[in-house]
This record gives sequence, structure tokens and C-alpha cells, in this order.
Amino acid sequence: MTPEYKGFLLLSIVKMVVVFTVVMIGVALLTLMERKVSAWMQNRRGPNRVGWAGLLQPAADGVKNIIKEETFPASVNPVIFMLAPAMAFIPALLLSAVIPWAAPLPVNFDKHFPLLGQVSYHGTLSMAVTDLPVGFLFVLAISSLGVYGIALAGWASNNKYSLLGGLRSSAQMISYEVAMGMSLIPVLLITGNVSFERIVEAQQAGLWFVLPLFLSCFVFLVAGFAETNRLPFDLPEAESELIAGYHTEYSAMKFSMFPISEYANMATVSAMVVTLFFGGWSIPFWHPAPSFLATLLTGGFMFVKVMCFIFLFMWVRWTLPRFRYDQLMALGWKVMLPLAVLYVMLIVVALWAVEHWLGIANLKLRMGILFGLNLIAGYAVFFVLDRGFILSGSYRRTAGPPGRLTATSRTV
Amino acid sequence: MAIGIKVLHRPERQVSYVRAALKGMVLTFKHMLQPKVTMQYPEEKSTADERGQYAVSPRWRGTHRMLADEQGRTKCVACGLCPQICPANCIKLVPGEDEAGNRYPLIYEIDEFRCVFCGYCQEVCPEEAIHVGVHYENSEYSRDRFVYDLERLSAQTHPVSSLWDPSDPRGE
Repeated sequence: MTPEYKGFLLLSIVKMVVVFTVVMIGVALLTLMERKVSAWMQNRRGPNRVGWAGLLQPAADGVKNIIKEETFPASVNPVIFMLAPAMAFIPALLLSAVIPWAAPLPVNFDKHFPLLGQVSYHGTLSMAVTDLPVGFLFVLAISSLGVYGIALAGWASNNKYSLLGGLRSSAQMISYEVAMGMSLIPVLLITGNVSFERIVEAQQAGLWFVLPLFLSCFVFLVAGFAETNRLPFDLPEAESELIAGYHTEYSAMKFSMFPISEYANMATVSAMVVTLFFGGWSIPFWHPAPSFLATLLTGGFMFVKVMCFIFLFMWVRWTLPRFRYDQLMALGWKVMLPLAVLYVMLIVVALWAVEHWLGIANLKLRMGILFGLNLIAGYAVFFVLDRGFILSGSYRRTAGPPGRLTATSRTV
Repeated sequence: MAIGIKVLHRPERQVSYVRAALKGMVLTFKHMLQPKVTMQYPEEKSTADERGQYAVSPRWRGTHRMLADEQGRTKCVACGLCPQICPANCIKLVPGEDEAGNRYPLIYEIDEFRCVFCGYCQEVCPEEAIHVGVHYENSEYSRDRFVYDLERLSAQTHPVSSLWDPSDPRGE
């Protein structure tokens, strides 16, 4: 093995350990944050007994979950029952491997380690665990695997409610997976590459993609909520309907793996929204040369942005009620998918027109034109189309002459 | 109207889901900035004499207390009315009499687990001796500690229940 190869391996292992540790500790703290945010939104204080301001609460919960008795129902399928929590958890962590967390770090060392021998690395080190050239496709592939954990947990439990939860989850994931993939095509069209590093660079050179691709971002965010099974899309759990759905039969640490994977999913989806639409680690109007300081600052900025989106996830969870199942399907297939497909067509035409018809080569100007287009499209969607077309809201049922019943009033 | 009733004006036509959701999110965010209403219980307690935000009503019927007269003797004359009226049959009374002919309770025990805290004992007592108290912290390490004997009932210091609101004795 050459010293360069050893250096690459060593640094990759270091990155892996760091990302794994940070994500796991972060996930533990997210459970606390969720409880705190929910409490604040209900004029309460939240957990504040264990440690300063409740900071040790996740540790206490973890200890409790580990030492609790693990029930093992007699009628479950033992192998799959044991495997399902891990299968829910692994894809969530795998996704965090391809996200670039900070600006590349210049590394220059040539050292002799005991056991390892001569180790060297020269050049810039990507701050993603692996800078996959197909990073984006990897994300689409792995995020679909997440459904296996939940569907198998529901099936292996041998329980009607759990099975319903698992089925709901798989149907929901498949429905929103399509819209999610479609919503990301405009990003690829602008960047012309599927690597996350290139996508971040394109945003640093031009505009954050949320401006020229606002509707894409919106569809992706909604699909992200659905993929993480969080409110308003938490139908697989649905405490009030399915008695916690797919994890009814789970207890102790096996149960705890499901919330952990949910939070890990939430963190990775937030990181993906940030990377794809909110500039990743890039700080606006600052184009630093690779240095330690730049890596540190961009990493911090990335962290702030991801936390904002995690807060958004919690904020939405404690605001919106759950969808009815038909509403969920209607939203996925009748609204999100057509919207995403039409948007892809719009962006293709616009990009072609800008490039060949207007002949504009300046990246910023191009994105500016797309931004203008998005203002119009966003207005059309949210102020013209979205009037009872997306979902039927609540309205006065006595209004209007009798006999002119709408679909909603008939079902009530 | 005595109670403030919030009338929700339902929109008459189909409304936008996205904008309704955003409105709701603004509302929850406003709640985050409002003062918290939680009482930090073991540190912060409600007391009957301070009519604060979380004060316990003076009519609260909690665990019992036996009052004493000026000489420090227990007021109870062992007339037997309270075990008679007690619907839960939780009072055990064995009367005694001293040389001067004064009756007093030899044994007076209340099983607080059987008690339904109706307050009849206090209402029926001609000597105003037994009372239900404004008190709610009753934890013990064993069940038999919940049979309060005369000594324990007399040793209680918490305020006693007024049973009814003095300004509105008939409950109108």
C-alpha cells in the first residue's frame, strides 16, 4: 500500500468516526430539542430536571431504554422482528455519508506512524465522508431503502395495527418518492452534474437554488416530510388511529431505534435540503481559499442552516394536524407529482430558451431570469391553483343552498 | 355572557391549504414567545392563604386534622356522630370517660385510603373537632402509614377546609 492510499484510508476512517459520533449525539439531543420546542409552543417549559436545562435528559432516556425489559411477543417472526429496527436505522445513517458538511480542507502531512508505517496526504480533503461522483443517485437509492425497516417491522409484529402501519408507510413512501425524485431533476438540469460537491459549487457561483427553483424546493420539502414519517405525514404511526402503528409491539432499545432513525432521517433530509437548495456549506458573497478557518466557518454555517430546517420540521409537527389517508394520497399523486413534472418541463424550456434563444451565458443572470419565472409560477400555484384544489379545508357547511353538497360535507 | 366563548368564523369557500398552514405556524411561533405557565412544583408551591395563580381552594377537602382547645386538649368528645355519618366507614372511634365525667376518644383512627373526602365528618361534628384539611402532599413509604391515629391527626398543622364558600353559603 502506498503512503497516499494509507493516508486516504486513515482520513476517511477519521471522517466516518466524526460524522457518526456527531450524528448520533445530535440525534440524542434532537429528542430533547423536540420536547423543548413542543413545550414552548404549548406555553410549557419542557424537560428541565435532569442536568442543566434538561441537557442530560437524552442520556437518562437512553439508560432507561437499555435497562428496560424487552418484551418479545410469541407470535412475531423472530428474525425480521429483530432485524427491522436496524433496517430502519442504517439507511438514515448511510445518507449522512455523502453530504458535504463543510468547505474542503487543505491537508498536507507526511508522517510515520507505528504499525501503519509511512502515511501521507497532500491536497484538499473533501468534508463529505465519501465524495461520491453519483452522490445524488446514491441518496435516491438509499432513501427508498428506509421503508423496509418500517414495513418489515409492521409485518413481523403479526399485529393488525402494526401491519396497517407498515402498509401505510410503504404506500406513502412510494407515492412521495416519485415526487421527490422529480423535484430534484431541475437541480441537476442547472448544475449538469450529480455530485453534491458540484451542486454546492454551482450555488456558490450563482444563486442559492431555492430562488431559481423555489417550487422544486417546496415539493422536495413536502416529500421530505413524508419520507421521514413526520407530522403531518405520520400516518404509519398515527397514535390515535393505529396505536403507534408499526412499533406497537416493540419495547426498550428496539423501540428506541425507531425514534432514533426518525431523527437521523430528519437530520439528513434537512442536510439535503440545505445542500441542494440553500447553498450547502457556502456562505453568501464569500469565496474563501481552502484553509482551516474556511472549513471551520463553513461547517458552522452549515450547522446553523441544518438546525433551522430541523426546527422547521418540529415547528410543522407541532402545528399541523395529520392528513386523512385519502388526502395524503391525493396530495402525493394528484398535486405533488403533476406539479413536479410540469415544473421540470417549465425549467427545461426556460433553460433552453435562456441558453439558445436569448444566448445568456452569465450564470447569475440565468438564475435571475429563472427566479423571475418562479415568482410567476409560485404566484400561480399558491394564489390561483391552491384554492381547495390541493386539499379541502374546513369551511362552513351550512353555507350555500341545500342540495349543493360538496364531497367534504357529504362525508361528514 | 359569563364565560368568554370564542366564536370561530369558518370560511365560506374553499381556502388555500398552504396559506392556512402558514397562518397556523405563525400562531404556534407566537406561542413560543409567550410567558410559560408551568409551575415548578416542588420548588414553587400553591398555598391556601396566598390567593395566587395556582392557589388551592379554601374549600379543598384533603387529609384530616383534629383540632385542640385552648388548654391543648383534643376537642373531640367521642359523641360517635362522625363514624355514624361516614359513608366510607373509615373512622374507628372507641370512647372513654375520665373521673370528672368528660368523654374523650380512647382510640380515634381514620383510614385515609378508605376515606372518600366527602367532608361529612367535619360538617356533623358538634365540637368542631375533626376537620378535613387543605392539604395534598400525602406520600408515605408503606400502606399502613395511611391509618392516621389521634396523635397524628392532632399533630397536623395544615389549614382546615371551609367546606363552603362563606360569601355564598348556599352555593348559589
